[in-house]
Amino acid sequence: MAATDWQPARLRAARALTPDIRLLEIEPATPGAPAPPGSHLGVAVMIGERPDTRSYSLLDSGADGLYRIAVKRLPDSRGGSAYMHGLEPGARLSISGPRNHFGLTPGRPGYLLVAGGIGITPLHAMALALHQAGARFRLLYAARTRRDLALADGLRARIGDRLETFTDDEGGRIDLAAAVADLAPGGEAYLCGPYGMMEAGRRAWAESGRPAQGLRFETFGTGGRHATEAFTVRIPRLSREIVVPRHQTMLEALEAAGIAMIHDCRRGECGLCTVKILDADGTVDHRDVFFSEAQKAANAQLCTCVSRVVGGGITIDTADRAG
Amino acid sequence: MTDPKGFPLNAWYAAAWGHEIGRALTPRRICDKDVVLYRRTDGAVAALEDACWHRLLPLSLGHLKGDQVMCGYHGLVFDASGRCTFMPAQETINPSACVRAFPAVERYRLVWLWMGDPALADPDLVPDFHWNSDAPWVGEGGTFYSLKCNYRLVIDNLMDLTHETYVHAGSIGDDAITRSPFEVTHTDRCVTVERWMENIEPPPFWARNLGRPGHVDRWQIIRFEAPNVVAGDVGVALAGTGARQGDRSEGVNGFFLAAITPETATSCHYFWNFVRNWRPDDEELTKSLTLAHVNDGKGVYDQDHDVLEAQQRAIDRQPRQPFYNLNIDAGALWAHRLIDGMMAKEGRDPKAAPPVGIAAE
Repeated sequence: MAATDWQPARLRAARALTPDIRLLEIEPATPGAPAPPGSHLGVAVMIGERPDTRSYSLLDSGADGLYRIAVKRLPDSRGGSAYMHGLEPGARLSISGPRNHFGLTPGRPGYLLVAGGIGITPLHAMALALHQAGARFRLLYAARTRRDLALADGLRARIGDRLETFTDDEGGRIDLAAAVADLAPGGEAYLCGPYGMMEAGRRAWAESGRPAQGLRFETFGTGGRHATEAFTVRIPRLSREIVVPRHQTMLEALEAAGIAMIHDCRRGECGLCTVKILDADGTVDHRDVFFSEAQKAANAQLCTCVSRVVGGGITIDTADRAG
Repeated sequence: MTDPKGFPLNAWYAAAWGHEIGRALTPRRICDKDVVLYRRTDGAVAALEDACWHRLLPLSLGHLKGDQVMCGYHGLVFDASGRCTFMPAQETINPSACVRAFPAVERYRLVWLWMGDPALADPDLVPDFHWNSDAPWVGEGGTFYSLKCNYRLVIDNLMDLTHETYVHAGSIGDDAITRSPFEVTHTDRCVTVERWMENIEPPPFWARNLGRPGHVDRWQIIRFEAPNVVAGDVGVALAGTGARQGDRSEGVNGFFLAAITPETATSCHYFWNFVRNWRPDDEELTKSLTLAHVNDGKGVYDQDHDVLEAQQRAIDRQPRQPFYNLNIDAGALWAHRLIDGMMAKEGRDPKAAPPVGIAAE
């Protein structure tokens, strides 16, 4: 649901953590209560001439009255990250929240936190909260290269060897099955990272036989198994052919073309924006968490808010029977 | 001063008597949040926000399935930590789906809930209420649920007992109370109001229970523990037998106990008990003491109930009218000071209306 609690804020400071990750310190006009770990901030951004909103996880509780976020500039992004990278200190912002869809359950006998790349941001806040609470936890943090481990040094200074880092270029790889096996009974795992890592994490968790609700994850809806590219959507019933450009979601492109759609989460979770696949000459890159693996393999529907097509186009049907 | 209404959230609040919570879904509004309480199969009490994540139907209208609650509308299931474990007509579960779970502990015969940041919910912070459960103290107790007054009015009532003279004349009220000096002291968590009435004619209630003729030394040592508990050490001993110096062997001693929980800004749940150390096995006496407090409008707490609700109605009708204070209000004002301090630590203004929700949604 749309946020209604917008308030003015100011970018107090910003600095580069890596060549493509920027730390931003945002000062709200009215400081709020400390935000529980996993919370995110809504930020109003401009994509070209068009206003839009983006959500960024908070790095800590903001108990000092400042909201800290880290934003990675994504080549495949729809423009939000480029906007956030272009802001000068002192810039006026409009923010909403913080809100929390990724709450940390207190009092568990153990915690496994797994972060991939910029997915570290909510887990950074969780690690600090668990450390402060004296909880048993491990934070496994993977990135492409050592240089991409944007928040590792600060984290290590605060949580010591409970942080373990892995980098692709050094052949490091998180053994998710072993990490899950190592977790205390009744413990919970929290994942945030690229799609492949999330899928591997879900698989490892399911294979361990642990209760499904003990695995928590936050989706970005931006990454998939394939690189993002433009593709064509055909809707024979409406005699329409719509091109989805690289920087737009399929849902946005359909709506922009006047196709009536319903949707809610825009994160691939709720399943409201799904459409029926009639035919696909390209490969459907299912990026949602609404469909099960079996449903994705059957390829009968897709979530238009996050999923895409590569190597060709797709033919779909929508709910429109007016024509 | 204006009338502060707010309450801290980072605190344990009594939500039910332990015996009231079983294998049924019990709804209750606590600190302006709808909560559903139930007992898990391992005997522990669970407390969830009483609103389904999906369409807000109270979960208390659903059913208990093992340790989980199934919504009575579309069958979503939530475990005792509030995580959704089932969604209808789909093969996955939306990872955002959950309801808030409130930390719960059972202590001193009551169920206590922590309504603020769960990371701070330390069971060692449950206010001392051991007189309600531990020997030699005996008493039954009860609750005024949804008493129609702000919870601080109950604290004010108990922190100044001169009102006994006027509200409870004929039982525990006595002119000696208003004539005797009192001393108010405090720590960072507690306020104590101590009053000794020496060598007085005992009021009817105490004369009957002491059962010995002659003058008495009477004491009232009221201890408030922020933000919500009052324990009043009260009793009489034969005059001059050393009660004030610590020897109460020639007397009878009781505690009036109160755990007061905000329900809304203008209503509260008042868990009360009167425990005693004399004739502990006399069940008839226990019953009659309960009736002396709450008895279809005729008990002493019924009298307080009437005053408190009338007071709230008056406040509601003239919300801008200030309260003026007397010297007798010192205990109550120290109690407010401690409560306000707890709220300030949470970054909240005590004079503002209670929050609708906190950041955890």
